[in-house]
Amino acid sequence: MTLSLIFDPLFHLPFLVGLVLAPLVATLGAYLRLREEWFASLAFAQVAAAGGVLSAMLYLPLIPAALATAALASIGKGVLQKAGNENYAILFLLGWSVALLGAANSPHGEMLGKAVMDGQIYFVGGQHLTAALLLLLATGLLLPWLSPRLLMAQLFPDHFSANHLAGWRYHLAFDLLVVAGIAVTTTAVGVMGSFALVFIPPWIAFRLAVGWRSVLLVTAALALGAYLFAFAAAIVLNQPFGPVLVCILVVMTPLRFLQPRQHRLPLLRS
Amino acid sequence: MEGVPLLECREVVAGYGGPVIGPVSLALSPGEMVGLHGANGSGKSTILGAITGAVKIFSGEIWRRSDLKVAHHRQRPVRPAELPLTGEELLRLTGASREDAPEPLTALLSLRLDRLSGGQFQLLHIWACLGSAAELVLLDEPTNNLDPEALMVLRQMLQRPRPERAVLVVSHEAGFLDDLCHRVVHLRCE
Repeated sequence: MTLSLIFDPLFHLPFLVGLVLAPLVATLGAYLRLREEWFASLAFAQVAAAGGVLSAMLYLPLIPAALATAALASIGKGVLQKAGNENYAILFLLGWSVALLGAANSPHGEMLGKAVMDGQIYFVGGQHLTAALLLLLATGLLLPWLSPRLLMAQLFPDHFSANHLAGWRYHLAFDLLVVAGIAVTTTAVGVMGSFALVFIPPWIAFRLAVGWRSVLLVTAALALGAYLFAFAAAIVLNQPFGPVLVCILVVMTPLRFLQPRQHRLPLLRS
Repeated sequence: MEGVPLLECREVVAGYGGPVIGPVSLALSPGEMVGLHGANGSGKSTILGAITGAVKIFSGEIWRRSDLKVAHHRQRPVRPAELPLTGEELLRLTGASREDAPEPLTALLSLRLDRLSGGQFQLLHIWACLGSAAELVLLDEPTNNLDPEALMVLRQMLQRPRPERAVLVVSHEAGFLDDLCHRVVHLRCE
């Protein structure tokens, strides 16, 4: 394969889908990391994949089915209140077994199961771009409003109850945003591609950034860089996109060790 | 300090699985600083929990002004191992003034919270509460982790007059409360 293939009109739409989704879900991942819920993204991605496989078996549209199953998982998390990683592990295992059993018992399901494992972004359609743009719009509108509230909830956990504010609204809005983002991304770049985007860029950014705004910028930049490189590399090397993306993101993890030099702390003098 | 109180605990019995404290009656008026003193396990933090809604009230009631804004500095503020927020970002979150922050704290504002010492983080967190628009500030063991220099900064912060605000300070250090508070309520273990 040659580099000129990257510019083939055939790949324009998939390229745009990933260009929107990669920095977007990684940014949501930064908030998941702050909430110590990053493992939830793997569970949601796997459940979304299971929903995708089931949709193929039942001849239902892929993205709504993936969204619906991931949303059900999110509601389950809400019912469990403070869901721990154990609950997410069970959810992940359940999603994995349903996806593989569905794939084993239906030719359509098998095809889709392989697609969400390989993360072949090159086969996405117009509905993916529509979903990605809607997500971008929703995130652009909601995140500036949600961000200070999510940070407050983390650093001052009883701020909302102390001030008689309905804190659950912010958590629900964020959870729905995350579920939608992960479900759509999973159907485009696969389960592990989606998980790696949510997990690795924020993990690096949390170490390198000088503040929260910087966390968001570094996260989005890393996700975007990894995506662009993976998109070109997978085409040129004729490899499935998902594993290439994950590989590039994993190779980036030593960046975490480039911790900025710590300055001596100033002494307090009253 | 006259007039309608900001908050009034009336014969409050509160706890978790079962009652831990009470009945406790307490009123806080604007401009007041009230100390809550008692031995470990006497339920000082439980009272604050009852005010913030984190603890169950079994009997009695807590009356509060309907639009009361409350800030709560916990005994152990949340501080994950990696917390990439600067001091300035913390103040912006609570709306605490950067300009009015005590001078020794200004040097910390550009630093990440997870790279501050325990005492520095503690002071900054307290200022995030005291410097905010909250009319009732609850401080749970604010002297924890503080060396004498930092204690001095804390005293300065608390002594700044704010006639519209009340502060309820929980501490096991009687001398600290006696020095700073208008009155001190003593809780005894039952």
